[in-house]
Amino acid sequence: MDALISLQSRTVVLPTRDIDTDQIIPARFLTTTSREGLGDALFHDLRYDQDGAVRAEFPLNDPATRDCEILVAGNNFGCGSSREHAPWALVDYGFRAVISTEFADIFRNNALKNGLLPIVVDADTHDWLIAHPGAELGINVEASSLELPDGRIIEYPIDAFARYCLTRGIDQLGYLQQQSAAVATFEETRSWKP
Amino acid sequence: MPNARTLVEKVWAEHVVVPETAAAPAVLYIDLHLIHEVTTPQAFALLRERGLPVRRPDLTLATMDHSTPTTPVTSLRDIDVVSESAANQIRQMVRNCRDFGIDLLGFGSEQRGIVHVIGPELGASQPGKTIVCGDSHTSTHGAFGALAFGIGTTEVGHVLATQCLLQREPRSLAVNVSGHLPAGVTAKDLILAIIREIGVDGGTGHVIEYRGEAVRALDMEARMTICNMSIEAGARAGLIGPDDTTIEYLAGRPRVPQGVAWDAAVSRWRGLRSDEDAEFDRSVAIDASQLQPMVTFGTNPGMVVGIDEPVPDLSDASFRKALEYMQVTPGKPMSENPVDVVFVGSCTNGRLSDLQQAADILRGRTIADGVRMLVVPGSQQVKQRAEELGLHRIFTGAGAEWRESGCSMCLGMNGDTVASGQLSVSTSNRNFEGRQGIGARTVLASPATAAASAVMGRVADPRGLK
Repeated sequence: MDALISLQSRTVVLPTRDIDTDQIIPARFLTTTSREGLGDALFHDLRYDQDGAVRAEFPLNDPATRDCEILVAGNNFGCGSSREHAPWALVDYGFRAVISTEFADIFRNNALKNGLLPIVVDADTHDWLIAHPGAELGINVEASSLELPDGRIIEYPIDAFARYCLTRGIDQLGYLQQQSAAVATFEETRSWKP
Repeated sequence: MPNARTLVEKVWAEHVVVPETAAAPAVLYIDLHLIHEVTTPQAFALLRERGLPVRRPDLTLATMDHSTPTTPVTSLRDIDVVSESAANQIRQMVRNCRDFGIDLLGFGSEQRGIVHVIGPELGASQPGKTIVCGDSHTSTHGAFGALAFGIGTTEVGHVLATQCLLQREPRSLAVNVSGHLPAGVTAKDLILAIIREIGVDGGTGHVIEYRGEAVRALDMEARMTICNMSIEAGARAGLIGPDDTTIEYLAGRPRVPQGVAWDAAVSRWRGLRSDEDAEFDRSVAIDASQLQPMVTFGTNPGMVVGIDEPVPDLSDASFRKALEYMQVTPGKPMSENPVDVVFVGSCTNGRLSDLQQAADILRGRTIADGVRMLVVPGSQQVKQRAEELGLHRIFTGAGAEWRESGCSMCLGMNGDTVASGQLSVSTSNRNFEGRQGIGARTVLASPATAAASAVMGRVADPRGLK
């Protein structure tokens, strides 16, 4: 995964709350055996109508948003299924950060493993961001902070280990493999065996 | 008691290989890894790329359920899969399991079925285990007092390679259910009422423990329905402390410990419960005796009303958007809505007792003109048992389709879909926009309510048909 150290981008805003993983990528696109190329399927049924025509009113279909790397979404983004295809599709499309007031647990875990930063902000900041699509934001991942256009700096919470991996582009499998001696001891000494 | 612990804390502590610190999450050992064709190909590809074996194929159990057809299939050769990419995914699953030495309950196996139906059915899901699967409804196995949760494909790779996951200890949420469910009100109605109470994000970061006399009174299949939908309240997992009901269910199943090992396991399982003074981070109380059959009216599983209650009216934009999608009128009960499709099945309600509930309504009746009803058993074993009891004849006699096992119309990725604009009463777990097909409108309900709706041709209260 690519390291994410800082990010400067305008936002695109999807104000709906509880955007579930079926909206992010519908199940019929999950028959792939690759992680690549899912950007076309991102928000597919919101971007296109049933005849395949572009829904002009959907914010991602505004050409001015095409290079936005920050998505601002309504409360509780990513609820529903465990499909990692959701962050794969968001990253493939070009997003590197999603801002909401809350993320579903599995989505947040999956996002962080793919270089996609989930940023939780307070309700007031969120309201402002929702009301100002296209706002230019700066994100400093090492400092866990977000800079608003008026210069205000807002710190956001992030797991220290996830931040470490994200800023260095480290995948966590290597770290787990280093624990193999402890795992072997655990397997031998536990009081019952599965 | 100062050291009083919850059940989750006990199971967690027994599986910590390396404790968590501020700098790093815990290394948590996984006792059972369930895998299926949709969320594993990219994980196996990573193993191949790095030349890694599967650390514990003996703790890994594979099946195929999501993209598989529910029309009869006897061999891989004549399988009629919805698309070439789905067929390729199924072939890759077969190859990956063969190459990495994993037991695959695939086509031709009498033990094949939805991953969350077969784990319990085979006795692989046991109290005190940590169980994961690349599927959010892994919470189902919590019904046995296991800590069971869904993971993404990267984490599937972690477990295949190391049998461990990096995890922070979850917070705890007690859901205390007092009283008894009235006649005609089921576990599905109870969990829908619980999700309405907690909200679709109310459980985020928490593991729910379902407690109280109404939960104790449920059989194992009903408990699985409850735990299954924990994720719909945003919870990482949901579980129920094991008791006699749990142990009686497991006795004699093929993958439980045998002989003296069974006795040792049972005595260990009997100690698996939250201590009396254990403190939960949060708690919620529900009175089961006040409930009626519940249905969803919107586009998430927290948008729930009793079958007699009017659909609420809120000015919130997301709420309005949901009602517009559903073509539902606020202030009126859901029973005014005509039904096009009825689906009985899924990891939520595809077990034998669920099919019996539906059959009890359909016996001696026929489904309404113009309604399509699909009954999809949760596993080949459920199918076989249902046929031994003659349930399939009740379904087909009433005009419903009787299928092979699989996830089917719950998420519609195998070609079993609901057409755009049609209203489906479904015993599955998600009523998200487009979940059962592009433009499909889903009403979640119990098997009894689904069957009653098929008979009446509109969303219907099963208590009127007893």
